[in-house]
Amino acid sequence: MRQAFPFSAIVGQEEMKRALLVAAVDPTIGGVLVFGDRGTGKSTAVRALAALLPPMRVVDGCRYACDPAGALCDECLARPEPRGERLAPVAVVDMPLGATEDRVVGALDLERALTRGERAFEPGLLARANRGFLYIDEVNLLEDHLVDLLIDVAASGENVVEREGLSVRHPARFVLVGSGNPEEGELRPQLLDRFGLSVEVGTPTDIAERIDIVRRRDAYERDPAAFCARWQGEDERLRARIEAARALLPSVDVPDAVLEHAARLCMALGTDGLRAELTLLRAARALACLDGETAASVRQVEQVAPSALRHRLRRDPLDEAGSTVRVERAILQLAGRSGAEPAPTPTHPPILGAAA
Amino acid sequence: MTDPSASDRPGLDPSVWDDAVQSAALYSVDPVGTGGIAVRAQAGPVRDRFLALIAGPMRRMPASIADDALLGGLDLAATLRAGRPVRSRGLLAEARGGTLLAAMAERMTAALAARLAAALDSGAGIGIVALDEGATEDERTMPALADRLAFHLDLSGVSHRAAGAGLPQRGAIDAARRMLPEVAAEPGVLEAVCAAAVALGIGSPRAVLLALRAAHGVAALDGRGVATMQDAAAAARLVLAPRATQAPASPPGEAAEAEAPSQPGDAPADAGSGEAERASGSEIVLEAARAAIPPGLLARLQAKDFRSTSRSQGSEGARQKAREAAPRGRPVGVRAAAPGPGMRLNFLETLRAAAPWQRVRAAEDKAAPNDGRIRLRREDFRVTRCEQRTRSTTVFVVDASGSSALNRLAEAKGAVELLLAECYRRRDEVAVLAFRGRGAQVLLPPTRSLVRAKRSRAALPGGGGTPLAAGIDAGFLLAETLRRSGCAPTLVFLTDGRANVTRAGAAGRAQAAQDALAASRRLRAGGVSALVLDTSPRPGAEAGALAQAMGALYVPLPYADAAGLSQAVRAAARS
Repeated sequence: MRQAFPFSAIVGQEEMKRALLVAAVDPTIGGVLVFGDRGTGKSTAVRALAALLPPMRVVDGCRYACDPAGALCDECLARPEPRGERLAPVAVVDMPLGATEDRVVGALDLERALTRGERAFEPGLLARANRGFLYIDEVNLLEDHLVDLLIDVAASGENVVEREGLSVRHPARFVLVGSGNPEEGELRPQLLDRFGLSVEVGTPTDIAERIDIVRRRDAYERDPAAFCARWQGEDERLRARIEAARALLPSVDVPDAVLEHAARLCMALGTDGLRAELTLLRAARALACLDGETAASVRQVEQVAPSALRHRLRRDPLDEAGSTVRVERAILQLAGRSGAEPAPTPTHPPILGAAA
Repeated sequence: MTDPSASDRPGLDPSVWDDAVQSAALYSVDPVGTGGIAVRAQAGPVRDRFLALIAGPMRRMPASIADDALLGGLDLAATLRAGRPVRSRGLLAEARGGTLLAAMAERMTAALAARLAAALDSGAGIGIVALDEGATEDERTMPALADRLAFHLDLSGVSHRAAGAGLPQRGAIDAARRMLPEVAAEPGVLEAVCAAAVALGIGSPRAVLLALRAAHGVAALDGRGVATMQDAAAAARLVLAPRATQAPASPPGEAAEAEAPSQPGDAPADAGSGEAERASGSEIVLEAARAAIPPGLLARLQAKDFRSTSRSQGSEGARQKAREAAPRGRPVGVRAAAPGPGMRLNFLETLRAAAPWQRVRAAEDKAAPNDGRIRLRREDFRVTRCEQRTRSTTVFVVDASGSSALNRLAEAKGAVELLLAECYRRRDEVAVLAFRGRGAQVLLPPTRSLVRAKRSRAALPGGGGTPLAAGIDAGFLLAETLRRSGCAPTLVFLTDGRANVTRAGAAGRAQAAQDALAASRRLRAGGVSALVLDTSPRPGAEAGALAQAMGALYVPLPYADAAGLSQAVRAAARS
């Protein structure tokens, strides 16, 4: 396996990059859904993000990558003497479309059962994704019962296995990243709501941007090491920014005026439930941290609103206007500007270098 | 159902074989960079001759390969025999440095295609030749995989006499391989290929990258260190043309000039070439690609605009196949069978089945009578049996002939959307067939996607005769297909029942009506549940007789609007 494509070398797709960074700063936001055409860099971005993230401290030898400073899994607790710790890269686990339930939740360790007659648990993809990312390409084609299972685990942060004579529970806190092409089928509304942020990516129509994409990709594929080395500085800066933002997160607050603005935006759009507001606030706060600010502002709320809200609007199958348009219209109206006027700031300023 | 692809195949055009020979050579020069070849061809001498052109080691992969055979894993049978873990290396690892030959690629599951795509993306060091034996448009290599393969060939129309010329030039290929790392493209080539891709309506940036690699290959084969505009033109012909989704909007020269000013003038690579030069470069590349667009491709694309662009074609198949591949539904019991793809070993039941035999088997085992091992045999294997909730699919068969007024069509489309909105909540599917003129056509393959349904609404053609028999036959065929894939189809006919085109496609009211009744009886014999909505302003005997022959519910709806129709369908589904 070669080095991942550097995150900072990805051309365009600002909304997707921002959403991924926001989710990396605050994993409680609840995952990112990326919908769009083939070949728009969806999976490239997810893999690049994992390579970008600072390594994390884990309990040495723990199968679930427990945080030594956090809550430990049953296996770690049952161990008589404490283990050492080591640094491990953040996992990005691919969930293949045809994955069986066994592979996902874990199952009886066949090898040990057959050769030694022991009943042991072999952890599945959920265990490997703990404290990392679980990436599902073509999430809209996934079997319904697997989707249910993922929703359940993502919500509880714990995987409970009761099957084949096994009774195991282990931590499974991960950021769910799903991607797909909406033309191939819709996602169930329940799952849609589960994703904190949703972004739409399109094939760039600007020919200069397309040339840039192909040129960088070509350079990368011809000599991955040299290409990564060239972008290392950029990636380092971005990594430092993520670490700084994570450190900042507990201390950044959201002023009442901003809270009210977010609430009014959600009301104007008629989003159901409080999850929308909560996600909007968390995302705005995480973005403020990335911008190096001490408090979230209306500007950040407006920037993340399309990602946080577009998939939570009541679906009207006969409405031709897309959800994105509806959110943007509501933002403009709330700001006291008429929908016809162009917004004074671009909706997607480049995330990279914005606060460098 | 008419199959437009059958009539306008590339036919006896000798250039198809020449392109195939060149594609094989370019692939052999750079298997990893170009990703591979998707070939549509029936098994036979032409295909064999084509495969012989490809240099390097080749490993065959069956379409039904299991995960552990592909990626490596525990070899269950060998492990049991040996009593210690035996691992297999996996075909992907074994094929490294060569070619993976994917046979029957049109039957490949979405999961397998995703694995192969991931392997190509992560640098597995292989190229893939996907052999697709599909006969119709819908049976084809998975788009997710095909997108990553540079060359798309259709050899199904090539006669074995035409496929004689072109012998593998191993010496030239080896020399080109050594040459390849030093090849660089001359300034402006990348821009020209990009512009050509945009003009041809190719969305994926991957196509441009693959065309660029092919251009490098052309130069290397020629023994040159610089890939020129001519090389790019040759590559565009092979890589971009088969991917075209639109004809270049304006004459290529103008299109290129319109694009040129938007390019960054300060890019260092462009320093030497002026605007005019670049524009003419784009022109060369685009013209080459345009000349090679398979005849009939654009006409076909225009004819089914409403079926969305090529990238989403076959996606329904993808979902179908994904469903077939995995064990699905809730477990309802166990049965004796060896575990394999789609079947999960139930270990407890397997042990339970083996338990009574342990003493006997231990005694029979002369080598190690009492070593305490559990002796499992193949016949002990139990797999979990699953039962899935059957999905219901409502197939609308719409009379789009002149006798049905055009506003009827609008109503039908409205009803489809209302039902679809409901199916979105219930997770059911909807499909639309239309018949008019001489035959029937699938307008909307079974889907739950609102996006696609909306698009199909835009282009429901109307007018012409009423080939009712063809419509019923097409509905029956689709219902059969759906039933095989585990769905419960319901056919909803919207017609006035006045047929005037026979099964054979000729005019003639009496014969047409006879044919329609015969088709209806066949539907009944097939046990397909149906509903006939009489859309005639004065409901008459024709549609009623039709419904009787089908054993279908008959609902006269002289003034039905969309809401009325969807209510009737719901009522029928409940009854």
